[in-house]
Amino acid sequence: MSRFVERHPAWALITIIAIAVGLWLVFAVWPPGLEEAIGRKRVFLNAVFNGITLGGLYFLVASGFTLIFGLMRNVNLAHGSLYLFGGYVGYAISTSSGSWILGFIVAFILTAVVGVLLQVIVFRRMEGQDLRQTMVTIGLSIVFADLMLWACGGDFYQIQTPNWLIGPIELPLVTAIKSSGDPVYLRYPLVRLVIFVASVVIGVAMWLALNRTRIGMIIRAGVDDRDILAATGVRIQLVFVGVFAFGAGLAGIAGVVGGTFQSLSPGEDIRFLLASLVVVIVGGMGSIPGAALGALIIGLAEQLGSVYIPTYAIVVTFLIMVVVLAIRPQGLLARR
Amino acid sequence: MSLAHDAPVAVGRTTKAQPAARTWPEINNPAAWAVAAILLIMPLIASSFFLIEIFATTLILGTMALSLMFLAGYGGMVSLMQLTIAGFSAYMVAVFGVSGNPNISLGWPWWLAVPMALALATAFGTLGGALAVRTEGIYTIMITLAIGAAFYYFTNQNWAIFNGHTGINTVATPHFWGVNWRADIPFYYIVLAVAALCYFAVEYLSRAPFGLALQGVRDNPRRMAALGFNVNAHRVAAYAFASFVAALAGVLQVWNYRQISPGSVSVGACIDVLIIAVVGGITRPIGPFIGALIFVLLRTFALDFLVRLGLDGNRFRLLIGLGFLAIVFWSSDGVIGLWQRWRQHQRREVSRASGGRGHG
Repeated sequence: MSRFVERHPAWALITIIAIAVGLWLVFAVWPPGLEEAIGRKRVFLNAVFNGITLGGLYFLVASGFTLIFGLMRNVNLAHGSLYLFGGYVGYAISTSSGSWILGFIVAFILTAVVGVLLQVIVFRRMEGQDLRQTMVTIGLSIVFADLMLWACGGDFYQIQTPNWLIGPIELPLVTAIKSSGDPVYLRYPLVRLVIFVASVVIGVAMWLALNRTRIGMIIRAGVDDRDILAATGVRIQLVFVGVFAFGAGLAGIAGVVGGTFQSLSPGEDIRFLLASLVVVIVGGMGSIPGAALGALIIGLAEQLGSVYIPTYAIVVTFLIMVVVLAIRPQGLLARR
Repeated sequence: MSLAHDAPVAVGRTTKAQPAARTWPEINNPAAWAVAAILLIMPLIASSFFLIEIFATTLILGTMALSLMFLAGYGGMVSLMQLTIAGFSAYMVAVFGVSGNPNISLGWPWWLAVPMALALATAFGTLGGALAVRTEGIYTIMITLAIGAAFYYFTNQNWAIFNGHTGINTVATPHFWGVNWRADIPFYYIVLAVAALCYFAVEYLSRAPFGLALQGVRDNPRRMAALGFNVNAHRVAAYAFASFVAALAGVLQVWNYRQISPGSVSVGACIDVLIIAVVGGITRPIGPFIGALIFVLLRTFALDFLVRLGLDGNRFRLLIGLGFLAIVFWSSDGVIGLWQRWRQHQRREVSRASGGRGHG
């Protein structure tokens, strides 16, 4: 951090000012002039919260993607299919058993099993052939998409939010002052906050596991140099299978989250594949903190964009990607 | 149907003739002449359904896939945005030309609208390429896929230029010299001429100094840079050429269907172009056309075929996906590669048999 400030004082200053302005926009009571210029504060705060929580969802999808890429150099373009598969499984389980949590567990396990099968049956046979692996994942995503369309049809599914999470919660953020002088507080759906906190917890746990445990050390060593790691006697194939299973399982969990937040239908797989591609391109391939930063940026850009410049929301996302590629082709937080 | 059997023969012979000299490999190849003759007299043989729905569509898709084959085969850059460039060019024809949405279309005559569309689409593709060459290998796939997907969502959301998800309908097609060029037979010849032009351009370019330098860049960019070649400039130039080819195909496509909508530039369609190129084989320019023929035949007849087998006719994409997987698994060079391996196998059998006789 301090090195970044030393090396790029101008950028650091701009970042600090941007963060300060953002915090002021969130916490201060807006003066009337500002409300006239860009609309009500409630709308802005809702967009910010939607963006952050959507970023949490994107992080869940993209972290699995980036983990798999970082270790195995395998661009898994079937990752969106795993997401959708997890969502459908979560829907089936949570409607039949009535337990939302059980839906998560089963979705994680089943998508992880699919991931293991993919790694063992398909990718192990073509190790080191990046392009061929990518092609295979494209083929797989087509096959999976059609199989899921066959099994589930083209309908929209929404996973029922459990009773104890339904309803809004009042946050200690003032959106406006009534004429009587009472502050009006922001009300926000509890379930989205819970899911966001859960994704933060998962992210921090992943970071700790990668940086503080022996398995994490093996995985980081594998990211840097697979061959040397294998030569030291680590059973690298086992590590590959484990990482692939975990990454796929994360996509499955994200599917359940997405099914609760939004809805599940054919085409969502491609949407989330695109989202995770952009997130990891922006954040940096193979980097978990990069995925978190990228997910936050893209989620915020998407939601703020859809509120303030509705027809060009997708262009904002895309422009961010272009700018990052132009300035830092390896992504914001990649180590090169 | 004869095309399906003759085209691979042409390929087999071509490769044998290739090392001989740096001339057109087709000239001494009877099969290539036969295919050319059949393609020329096709309107006499085929019904109008086959002429447009099968052969013209094959040639248009083949040209799009050809632009990908040029980038992937000679430049080593797998770009998933070739269909997006074609779609952009198609949109531009509809926007600048005459269509059923007069509040969007500017109503230019086709001879102004088409060059404009080609120029804009080429510029678009070149810019995308300039972005994509900042990265390598699998990153290129991801960035071009992201560009394609962004364009798809943009056309869906933008109503001012792209008319949202309804797209632009009843696009006018050219009439001049007293001929309706969208009538089946003239249109087939336009498509054939453009496809042939692109095919020979790619073939010529692959043996021209630029193409050879590009192949050098594909095989060893560092050594080429050390030799004084500007690696990125070659790659961007390759993107520019491929974009032009794709843009031509896009113009033909919008004339073929007379409409353009976000559905035709969807991510699935982008991936279809990759499938066509890979199934056909991305080492030779004939590959994309073979792949396109297989793809179009499957797309048109898979439904009837599956129903006849007692299966669900809607599983066409499953069939395509499984076929693609099988090709990727067993042949790195698509159908062409399979054919060549089979030929070599046959030749080995023959030589072994004759050798045995000579010994005895």
